[in-house]
Amino acid sequence: METLETLHENNKMESRVRKNSIWKSIFFLSTLFGLIVLAVLIFRVVFQGISWIDMDFITGRLSTTAENAGIMGAILGTLWVMIVVIPVTLIIGVGTAIYLELYSKKGKVQSMIETNIANLAGVPSIVYGLLGLTVFVRLMDFGNVVLAGGLTLALLVLPILIVSSQEALRAVPGFLAEASYGMGATKWQTIRRIILPAALPSILTGSILSLSRAIGETAPLTVIGIPALLIPFPGGLFDTFTALPMQIYYWTIDSSLVAEYANLAAATIIVLLLILFLLNSVAIFIRNKYQQRY
Amino acid sequence: MSVITENRINIDVKTNDVNERKAVNTNVQKKDRSIIYDTKNLNLWYSQSHALKDINLEILRNEVTAIIGPSGCGKSTYLKTLNRMVELVPGVSTTGSIAYNGNNILSKSIHVEDLRTKVGMVFQKPNPFPKSIYENVAYGPRVHGIKKKAVLDEIVEKSLRGAAIWDEVKDRLNQNAYGLSGGQQQRICIARCLAIEPDVILMDEPTSALDPISTLKVEELIKELKQKYTIIIVTHNMQQAARISDKTVFMLNGEVIEFSETDQLFSNPKDKRTEDYITGRFG
Repeated sequence: METLETLHENNKMESRVRKNSIWKSIFFLSTLFGLIVLAVLIFRVVFQGISWIDMDFITGRLSTTAENAGIMGAILGTLWVMIVVIPVTLIIGVGTAIYLELYSKKGKVQSMIETNIANLAGVPSIVYGLLGLTVFVRLMDFGNVVLAGGLTLALLVLPILIVSSQEALRAVPGFLAEASYGMGATKWQTIRRIILPAALPSILTGSILSLSRAIGETAPLTVIGIPALLIPFPGGLFDTFTALPMQIYYWTIDSSLVAEYANLAAATIIVLLLILFLLNSVAIFIRNKYQQRY
Repeated sequence: MSVITENRINIDVKTNDVNERKAVNTNVQKKDRSIIYDTKNLNLWYSQSHALKDINLEILRNEVTAIIGPSGCGKSTYLKTLNRMVELVPGVSTTGSIAYNGNNILSKSIHVEDLRTKVGMVFQKPNPFPKSIYENVAYGPRVHGIKKKAVLDEIVEKSLRGAAIWDEVKDRLNQNAYGLSGGQQQRICIARCLAIEPDVILMDEPTSALDPISTLKVEELIKELKQKYTIIIVTHNMQQAARISDKTVFMLNGEVIEFSETDQLFSNPKDKRTEDYITGRFG
């Protein structure tokens, strides 16, 4: 029977406090689990690969002999691909986000488009590889070159960038736009002078994060057909290329033939991780530095 | 017809020195109490809900008109119709007309940007841009094409003085406006509004987010501003309406119940509902 006394006497205080600390431990352990797995992974890779990283490895060309192999070609390949991915995704991605968020009429068509974009962000990357192979490599007859790889990866990250840019634009408080309209500014003036500057830190953060996704992708590139041993460096949009994740992939599957390849793969992973870490730091820096208060 | 003539004079003088124009305005306004906003049979719907019902109002130039009424009575909606900001809400439709200086502003053929340059607005919550104090005030002039630093400097100082905040901020014009107190932010917003040289200032409960001292300062400012501008202010606070306005509109459920001289409305209301509201029997 519940009475007024329940509040002060029979209130199970002990068990409530215990439950409270049990839940806290459960959440802490979940966090710890992820951290430990990550630490083990990084430790294993660093342990295996660090001694293989030197100047010759970074600046050298590929080779079948493990001692002579270098990854400059893959680094350059990755950079060239980024030169394609960045402008294409930024212009189309941010443009689409601005249209959907600020111009198009909210309604059934709009929400259908948005649902589709969100779904595209979840499509397996290998499907994008097949799309790239069909459209860019074969139909448009680029071959397995930088441009085809870059466009394929751009398609892959576009939905992610559109969704994150839309969220960034939506997060700009409406009262800022109202103030601007209230003074006779046009929609474009309001977007350019008020909304975009306020959303820019988040948009850039989203862009860099989706860029790191593109840098790490392997599956679409395997489908496009990246040569396993490419000696010359890529020098333009229509050169064949290899990229860091591709090199990791090839060295890992070939490590059954030459054991040292596993170490090369580990060393390449370290380089790739460092690049990604750098990019993410830039994203965090931008977010903190340019975040506006309101 | 005389309304339109007055307007011409203003436009002609606008091309001359800014100070000169204000001087002319001040001279003219003592006598000029012509109709600035003539609302006829205005109805407004938010999708299905009928928010404004058959509003007929004549608002006079160079007066302070207060709009009072309980929450949801349509007073903010009516205010936002006067510079068509209400259109930012999706699904709004209107019938009837609002003539501003003789031109129907609900007509599709007018540029809302043009209207909003003549009719400034101050909002309920202080909403400065996340920019410096200077850039906040210079925003309007910049939007309307003024680029010269010297001209902008002059407008910024004049507007900040006009909003009685120049002395508080003159040494930190380049600091972010969000570093100021709420009351100061609201006066920055008023300065920002003055910078586009409007004829009318619409105020949507401008002191409801402020503490009593800041409220007092803003009210003092409104009394200053009424020398030069036509002010239409929505307020929850009946004492405020009584303190600062010449005319008062009482609205209820989307209708205008009573519209008269402020003194008369508060001391001798004609409608039973007005009396009930101002004596605190509801709302």
